Formats: sequence, structure tokens, C-alpha cells
Amino acid sequence: MADQPKTAEPGRTGLSPRKKQQVSRGIQYVVLAAALVAVVLYADWASLAQNFAKIDVARAALPELFTIALRNTIIYTIGGFVFAFVVGLLLALMRLSQVRPYRWIAILYIEIFRGLPALLIFLLIVFLPLALPGFEVPFGTYGQGILGLGLVGAAYQAEIFRAGLQAVPKGQTEAARSLGMSATRAQVTVVIPQAIRMVIPPTTNQFVALLKDSSLVLFLGVSGEYVELAKFGNDLASQYANATPIMVAGVTYLIVTIPLGYLASRLEGRKGRKR
Amino acid sequence: MTHAIELRDLHKYFGRNEVLKGIDMTVDPGQVVCVIGPSGSGKSTLLRCVNLLETPTRGQVFVEGVEVTHPDVDIDAVRRRIGMVFQQFNLFPHMTALQNVMIAQQRVLKRGKKEAEVVARDNLDKVGVGAKCDALPGQLSGGQQQRVAIARALAMNPSLMLFDEPTSALDPELVGDVLTVMRKLAEEGMTMLVVTHEMGFARQVADRVVFMDGGVIVEDGVPAQVIGDPQQERTRAFLHRVLHPEE
Repeated sequence: MADQPKTAEPGRTGLSPRKKQQVSRGIQYVVLAAALVAVVLYADWASLAQNFAKIDVARAALPELFTIALRNTIIYTIGGFVFAFVVGLLLALMRLSQVRPYRWIAILYIEIFRGLPALLIFLLIVFLPLALPGFEVPFGTYGQGILGLGLVGAAYQAEIFRAGLQAVPKGQTEAARSLGMSATRAQVTVVIPQAIRMVIPPTTNQFVALLKDSSLVLFLGVSGEYVELAKFGNDLASQYANATPIMVAGVTYLIVTIPLGYLASRLEGRKGRKR
Repeated sequence: MTHAIELRDLHKYFGRNEVLKGIDMTVDPGQVVCVIGPSGSGKSTLLRCVNLLETPTRGQVFVEGVEVTHPDVDIDAVRRRIGMVFQQFNLFPHMTALQNVMIAQQRVLKRGKKEAEVVARDNLDKVGVGAKCDALPGQLSGGQQQRVAIARALAMNPSLMLFDEPTSALDPELVGDVLTVMRKLAEEGMTMLVVTHEMGFARQVADRVVFMDGGVIVEDGVPAQVIGDPQQERTRAFLHRVLHPEE
């Protein structure tokens, strides 16, 4: 009986826990209101609007914002994603291979490309023709951008696939093998399809990461019809000496990334319910 | 006569732990042999050595006269003739019941889609889940899943069937359906090696009962003897624990 929660403590002058909570919450609201008032009073709204949200500059971004910049962002991202998906699956299978050198190669690749800044990879790609005389990345600028995103994405995608492949119960392989399927057949028919289903949510997140990283194409020195959103916004901003195009590019990213983020968490939720 | 299964001096180690300590045993065509024994006695390992899901450390396994432990043998071809049913069903969760029963027919036996479907429906009907063809495993009860797993094995026309505690993961009220299917198979003359805790099934259906303990075969004989009148003290103690768990 002594341990029962007390609604009131007669004979004590201090505030009850509930009262304390109310006071604490009141203070938090006051701080927030004060900060808001400070921002409203001290920010130079006219100047901000002039530099970050100028309507006629924003209008100048159309229609190329969508017809060139967003289109290219999507080309770089999907190209890089397909590259990363295929190479990533291959690396994951190598990582789990019985043949030790395959495991070493996969580990080496994954550690290097996850450990380096993506930007560094893009800078190196620019120097590829110098390092390998006569070598040219196919499909020109698109090829370079896709290669850069794919090389980095493959390392992350490989780890996602590895987790998925390892999450398929051993009994699945045993059942397939005991039906007379070869080890390869069992992987292709039974294990990999289940692994791919399991990795759809993290892979969607990985796609969003690649979409954002496609802004690094900026450092390939692209121009004209090859520009993607970040480069497009940056160029226009320089031209008008105004930050509005960068804001416009930013909003365009969000239009794509936020729905994809929701999709990923919904897919995750569905997976959770099925279990 | 060639034995359906013959084990000669079978040893299996997991690390330094010897799980099978020299097993000699045969199963003749058409026989139903039940393997009973306490957990950890090596009975599941013995079963899994027959289709080489476990590789024996020493000794030989013959299936229909062919030494499957021989290094040159095509193990996939051997497994095709041996149906296996697992405690956890191990149905493929991303395929419907029908697809589960069709896939190995198509990919391994190279049967056409139509033929595979006819065979699959026949076998699903036979085990009493013909109405559940389009259901995913997750939508079926444990008993239904296990019967689909039996149909999946039967669709390959195996010459013998291995059952690894097929009813141990089932709710008690679902055990009967699976045992009924197994009994029917036995009556049709299927060669069956069954690891089980179902003493009633062993007594009524088995031609022989093998009692294992500590990695060796302790007693091997007809059910009336091994279960009804065990000669060894270890067998008696085990049966007493199983048949009178409350004492």
C-alpha cells in the first residue's frame, strides 16, 4: 500500500509533479514566443525576400528548371541507382561467397567507397582520362555522373543486400536444396527474391540519398544541357546575383524527396504488419 | 534386395561434439520407420545425413543402393528422389501454395507449366488443401502449411520421404490432419523415415521403431516391442517420461 502513487502529498509545500510539468511547459512556450518575436523584429524581411524569394528571378528559371535540370537530376539518379543496384547485388553475393578472395575483394571495395567522401570520387573521375590515356567514360557527361553515383551507391547497396540475404532463414535454402535445386538455382529462385522484397524500404532511402548526391555532378564541370538541379540553380544565382534560383532548386528537390521518404516509411510499416 | 536406405558406421561431429557415434541401420522399400528419442539424441542429424543436408564426418550412406557419400555422386540428382518435410515447414513465403508445389517441378524436373500445375493440384487435393491453391503460406494455418509442404515433396515423385518432426511446430488440434495424410501415404506403400514424438502414430503406423539416445541406436524393432515391451532401461525411462509427463 505504501507504494501506491500519491495524487497529493498533504503536509508538503512543494508543487505536485503535475503542477511542475505545467509550469515547465509554460516556460517552453514563453521561450519560443520570445524567439519568434526577435526573429520577426530583427530580420530584414524586405532584403530577405529580395535575395531568396524574388518572383521574377524564380520565373526566369522556368521552364528549364523542369525540362533540363530536374530531368537531368532524374537521369543521373536513376542511371546511378541501376548501376549501384546491379553492382551492389554482385558485391553482396561476393561478400557472402565461399571463395575467400571474392570476399576480400568485396570487403575492400565496400570499405573504400563507403569511407571516401563521394565528392572525392567525382573529382577523381574528372582525372580518369589523364590517368588512363585513351580511356573515355561512355555516354560522356551522363556516363561520368552515373559512374560516380553508381560507384559510391554500390558500396552502400551491397551492405543493404547483404543484410537482406542474411535475413532469409537457412531453412529456405535447405528446402530448395532438398527439392534437388543446385546452390545457384536455390539462390536465384528462393533466396534473392525474398532478400529483394526485404530490402525495398532501405533501398528507397538509398535512392533518396543518391538523388541528393547527384548534386555532386556540379564538380564534373558540366554545362548547357547536362546541368542538374544544383548546378542549374547555382549558375542562375550567379547570373542574377541572387539566391532565389538555389531556393527554387531546393524546393524542387523536396518535391521529390519528401514523398519518397513517406513511401519508404509506408513500405516499412507494411512489412512490419506482415510479420 | 536393395535397401531403400542403408547407413554404415555413420559418425557426425559438430566441432568436437560427436552427435552420431557409429550408426548402422537400414530401411527397406515400403517400410515406415519411426525414430524416437530425447532431444539432442542425434535423430534429426541422422535424418539430415540421408539427403546430405549434413555431411557425415565418417561412414557411408546408401540410397537405393547408390552410395550418396561418394565424392563423385550428383547430390542434386539424389535429393530429387528423396522428399523432405521439415519441422518449420519452410514453404517459400513469396509464392502461393500452388507455386510452391510447381516451382521445383519446373526448374528441376523441367516439366512444362501445364503439367506442373496438374501435378500440383492433384497433390494439393490429395493432402486436403486443394481449396487453398492461391493462398500465400502466411495466410494458412500451420497444419495447412505442413500439408502443402508434403504436397511439394510428393510432386517430385520421390521414392522415399524423410519427415523431421513434422508435427512438433503445430498447435495440438492441427496435428491430426497432418498425421492422417502421413498415414495415407504409408498405406499407399511409400517408404518413410520419420523422426517424431507422436507415440500413437509410431505404434499404429510404423513397421519399425528405432530408439536413439546419446548418438547411438539403443533399440530397434517392431513397435509392439520397442514401445510396448522395451528391453533397455534407457528406452523404458524415455517412454515413461513421454507417456506420463506429469509424474
